[in-house]
Amino acid sequence: MKKIIEVDHLVKRFGPLVAVDGISFEVQEGEIFGFLGPNGAGKTTTINILCTLTKPTSGTARLNGFDVTRQQNQVRQSLGLVFQDPSLDIRLTALQNLRFHAFVYSVPRSVVKQRIEEVLRMVELWDRRHEEVRVYSGGMRRRLEIARGLLHHPRVLFLDEPTLGLDPQTRNHIWSYILELRERENITIFLTTHYMDEAEVADRIAIIDYGKIVALDTADALKREVGGDVITLRTLDDDRAMEEIHQRHGIDAKQDREGFYFEVADGEQFIPSLVSTLSTEIRSVSMRRPTLEDVFLKLTGREIRDEAGGEAVMKRQWTMRQAGGRGGRFR
Amino acid sequence: MRNLRAIYIIWYRDLLRFWRDRARLVASFAQPFLFLVIIGTGLSAGMMLLGGESGYSYIQFMFPGIIGMVVFFTAIMGGVSIVWDREFGFLKEVLVAPISRTAVAIGKALGGATIACVQGAVMLVFVPFVGVSISVAQVFLLIPLMFVFAFSMTSLGILIASRIKTMESFQVVMQLLLFPLFFLSPALFPTDRLPSWLGVPVRLNPVSYGVDSLRQSVLAPSEGMPALGITVFGHTMSIAEDVAVLVVFGAVMASLAVWSFRNQE
Repeated sequence: MKKIIEVDHLVKRFGPLVAVDGISFEVQEGEIFGFLGPNGAGKTTTINILCTLTKPTSGTARLNGFDVTRQQNQVRQSLGLVFQDPSLDIRLTALQNLRFHAFVYSVPRSVVKQRIEEVLRMVELWDRRHEEVRVYSGGMRRRLEIARGLLHHPRVLFLDEPTLGLDPQTRNHIWSYILELRERENITIFLTTHYMDEAEVADRIAIIDYGKIVALDTADALKREVGGDVITLRTLDDDRAMEEIHQRHGIDAKQDREGFYFEVADGEQFIPSLVSTLSTEIRSVSMRRPTLEDVFLKLTGREIRDEAGGEAVMKRQWTMRQAGGRGGRFR
Repeated sequence: MRNLRAIYIIWYRDLLRFWRDRARLVASFAQPFLFLVIIGTGLSAGMMLLGGESGYSYIQFMFPGIIGMVVFFTAIMGGVSIVWDREFGFLKEVLVAPISRTAVAIGKALGGATIACVQGAVMLVFVPFVGVSISVAQVFLLIPLMFVFAFSMTSLGILIASRIKTMESFQVVMQLLLFPLFFLSPALFPTDRLPSWLGVPVRLNPVSYGVDSLRQSVLAPSEGMPALGITVFGHTMSIAEDVAVLVVFGAVMASLAVWSFRNQE
């Protein structure tokens, strides 16, 4: 398989802040590569570097064999982008937006019409092609952006939080397009998200935190790393219960908002014995298989969507805005 | 070739937007209409003819100034519309496309200038009501003059827009720049009797030469009419000299705009 993206010791600083801190990874052609991390972790900055919008402070990145700082036009021609924030001309119709794109990306005139029809039919907007984008709903706009991102047959499609702020139904809809597309075109998809279920779609996932890649593997392998099942317990006296579990089973439980939790290899076997031996009254017990959320928690000590509690993250985002003016998102 | 295509498509998109937004064309009549009808008529009634018996009424005098105002405002806004593109996200689509930023900036300058010319030309519908007569030859002189003026001002707009990141600072810049530049031009008053504190900034203002070139071509001076041109160091500017000033200013602004636009992230 061909390496379509090669990133080597990439660094991006905004003043004193290190947004991307020496990351290296490779993406194979045809792969869905997920970039998972909390807001402000450096996901968008990395994408901006890969698609030539931001210059790296140091390190190199190649896309489709082209260097992102020295061969900008070739890189740009090789990629399609669906941004976190909309980037359509809402005063123009869907058709006009696509024609603009086709022209700018030098799609051969003989195939423009057919390609536009193809992508618009795929996202089910063909019947509304003459309407101004202004009247489109959020989901329709996003679909149109996906259609536009594919119009010039890019080798890599970047999806930066492609379903952020969309309702679940629309999210599913968009995902079915993306997966269908990969089947058909063998296109590489580079996805950033902080939705765990979305990240599950990816063949491999890089977990990024504070500008560093803390893990990179398949979803299953990452979950296996966490260990066994996660049991969450609420009792009348959590401290006493935690102490007893520690003494009897040698397990260190951790406190969270609702109660406390710990991991065991086989939860279904463990719970009955736990319930019968604990001296304090149990108010609730739940068990779940590890998720990417747990993987993230284990690797970083924080919850991924812990935005209110993550003061450090917020502060970091704030600093980014101050320092770069456009750390978190492109301005 | 690729760059020419890029310039073309950026220019075309601006025109397409302009054409789709016909409400703007209609609305653009309102302000100059108020200026001409109220200020023009009011001051004409209260003032003697400029330049004696056979001179111009105030409304005749100010009419080319109002054309200049429309061209100036439209042109600057054309360049500054990049701020909107940034705000609504479309700028990203442009910046990530495989086209050079130089081409984008030039396309934008040409687009803004073209629209400003159309808007300025539309002002000629007022001709019969302000008591000036314009020949076809004058119209053909006026359009390239408007274009040169508009191109330099759109470039200034792009230069500003590539440095402003938010709508708030945009408002401030417009207040601090647009109106002073307009008022410090001979659009609304003649320059020959100004006190030096006002006369000097008027002569330093590039907008003055745009307005002056339009005035000289609309009110083609004939026998017995007073000369209209701005005098600089005792020399009265001709249309060609006004154009020369604008071309130099426009070239500097366009280069700075391209440079600034290329270097933004």
